[in-house]
Amino acid sequence: MKKNILFFIVIIFELLVLSDFDIMAQNKDDNSKWIKQDQCYKCHKDNGNLPADYSQNDIHRKLLCSSCHGGNPNAADMDVAMDPSKGFKGVPAKKDIPKFCGSCHSNIEIMRTYQPRIATDQEMQYYTSMHGKKLMSGDNNVAQCASCHTAHNILPVKDPRATVYKLNVPATCNKCHGNADLMAKYKLPHNVLDQYTKSVHGVALFEKNDTGAPACNDCHGNHGAMPPGISSISRVCGTCHVKNMEYFDLSAMQKSFEKKGFHGCEQCHNNHAISKPSDEMLGVSGNSKCITCHKPGDAGYKTAAALRNYIDDLNKNYDLANTKLAEVKQKGMNDIDIGFLLQDAKQNIIQTRTKMHTFDSTKVGESFKDGMEISNKAIFYADREISEYSSRRTGFAAATFIILIFIFALFLKIRERGKKKEEINF
Amino acid sequence: MKAINKIVDWINERYDLSPVIYLLKHKKVPAHRHSVWYYMGGVTLFLFIVQLITGILLLMYYRPGEESAYESVKFIITEVKFGWLIRNVHSWSANLLILFAFLHMFSVFFSKAYEKPRELTWVTGFIILLFAFAFGFSGYLLPWNELAFFATKVGTDIVGVVPIIGEPLKTLLRGGEDVTGATLSRFFGLHVAILPALFFSFLAIHLFFVQKQGMHEPEEFKNLPEEKKKYIPFFPDFALKDLLLWVIIFNVLIFLALYFPWELGNKADAFAAAPKGIRPEWYFMFMFQTLKFIPSHVLFIEGELLGILGFAVAGILWMLVPFFKFKKKTNRKIQPLTIIGIIAVAFIIIMTLLGYIL
Repeated sequence: MKKNILFFIVIIFELLVLSDFDIMAQNKDDNSKWIKQDQCYKCHKDNGNLPADYSQNDIHRKLLCSSCHGGNPNAADMDVAMDPSKGFKGVPAKKDIPKFCGSCHSNIEIMRTYQPRIATDQEMQYYTSMHGKKLMSGDNNVAQCASCHTAHNILPVKDPRATVYKLNVPATCNKCHGNADLMAKYKLPHNVLDQYTKSVHGVALFEKNDTGAPACNDCHGNHGAMPPGISSISRVCGTCHVKNMEYFDLSAMQKSFEKKGFHGCEQCHNNHAISKPSDEMLGVSGNSKCITCHKPGDAGYKTAAALRNYIDDLNKNYDLANTKLAEVKQKGMNDIDIGFLLQDAKQNIIQTRTKMHTFDSTKVGESFKDGMEISNKAIFYADREISEYSSRRTGFAAATFIILIFIFALFLKIRERGKKKEEINF
Repeated sequence: MKAINKIVDWINERYDLSPVIYLLKHKKVPAHRHSVWYYMGGVTLFLFIVQLITGILLLMYYRPGEESAYESVKFIITEVKFGWLIRNVHSWSANLLILFAFLHMFSVFFSKAYEKPRELTWVTGFIILLFAFAFGFSGYLLPWNELAFFATKVGTDIVGVVPIIGEPLKTLLRGGEDVTGATLSRFFGLHVAILPALFFSFLAIHLFFVQKQGMHEPEEFKNLPEEKKKYIPFFPDFALKDLLLWVIIFNVLIFLALYFPWELGNKADAFAAAPKGIRPEWYFMFMFQTLKFIPSHVLFIEGELLGILGFAVAGILWMLVPFFKFKKKTNRKIQPLTIIGIIAVAFIIIMTLLGYIL
């Protein structure tokens, strides 16, 4: 009996409080069925004024219109259905959108029933962002939730059709950040997407479809988007380029940069137009970045020259070893150990390039020494194999010579016996 | 020379070497325009000796086992002094051995040397050839590389098609359901212990028969008047020519080993996809290609089974050829059995070539 009463209470509670979710739950598996019963959808569809971006693929398709906009989805009468006194909210003002979405998305109780791992601090993050701050101060030009996610065609971030999918993020940001008139108001550049597209990150993302490459939000944040400040910029890059950041932070260069108000990584590598780094960036000639500040005679100038020499010598020795490896392969000799050594040598070059961020010729010199040892060992092994190749052929020639003498002697012996007896008649 | 004579006398006094000396002094070899074929058996024997010596040397470093076989062969060809030479000579010599065994067999067939009284010499020779095939099949797997692994899988799968005994035989060969380390272990045992013992026994019998009955004389030689029959003494004349040929073959072997080394390839991985170009060794190719040509079903029999049974029956008939009585057709220049032999050779050559072309 007690069980029955409890069951009855639960049913009544559901009918009264969770009516919207209940309808949704009943129709969880068949979206088309319930939406056709929803009076909001029915009238808006019949009148041809469904939202322009309305899509049945929206992640919220299992919710009713009234779940966000309020009102009575069961009432066919427009005045009853859209009665503000009964909770009808209508289209929210731009300023209210974060709160509007946050009514569910900031509520862990609700969100965990859909996605237990989803974050519920997006709204709070947004208020700390430049977008959020401006919106709160009354600037309606800035991005709010719907600007990036759309209002009625919201798709999960991992869905390639989503506006916030990794490959689509730059284009989504560029909707506003590529607008010259709009950006002029904020004194921001409007060609960031162009720069990014040509950058090493943009090429990786767009041309190689490498979703591991950073898009706008990976450096600026998404909901809490902010341009990184001078002190934080190396930390932003350092989230991926960990060692580079570590070396730079401990370097004397970091302190000088701080004093001069330079932007860390950005100073040499640029921000949005980061081109693929090359050894040309080092040294005291041509496209070197060092000589933009250092002049002949100063200590930094000498260090820059030394660093460039180190990496050039490493490359030269590695290339020489590689050429010899190709010869060993072409000769069909044992190339296994040489191959492994060259893998190590390649790794050492990468590590040495990373170590350049210490801007310390002693530390780079240690790495250089290790690298030279490895590639010299590979060259030694390759030379040994090439010489073995020659000695095998010499050995074969010598063996063949001896064998030929033996064959000739045998031939003479056979001929001698043949002459002596001709063929014997037994 | 005196010292050698002294040693021979010393042994002769104790063990009576007169039968051997008599054989060496009196053994003769007919000299005619087809004499060259007499050397094929000798070359095959020489290559077997090469196999024996290089095999023993490889055994010093080879370590059977899933985790060691490939590594040890790699070690042999990269680190061991002259290991590359020994392994390549072993591989090349194995292939040449089969080639010369084929030449020897067909020369015997076409010259009808298998006829009375040499029936059992033929049968033992054929059995030796089967053992050589088994040597090749088991040895192929020992480096435990990708190609060998999958070729063994396909090869042992074919055995499984035979009704009733097929599946148990496949399991026995593989040492389980699949080709694993257990297969490698038993192939190793087969290759270095069981097969050598069997091979030696049959080879000894085969050579004994050859020495006992002397060299076969072809029909046209037999029909010559006695004064026109020419012979050369086996020792030293024929033996010297044999030696000459062996030395040339030896030089060819080291040439092949140096300029055309056998690739080791990648280590076998049971979970990897089968690599392209899995094919058996060339001497199995004609059978493999024939099985590919036979439709999946012929009447009510499975095509593969039909092919295997066909080869088994053909092999048995071939082995028993000396025991069939064929009437000689005097009006024909080429006897029917010779035509069968020519068809068999043409079939083997064409199917082998198709196996590599298609």
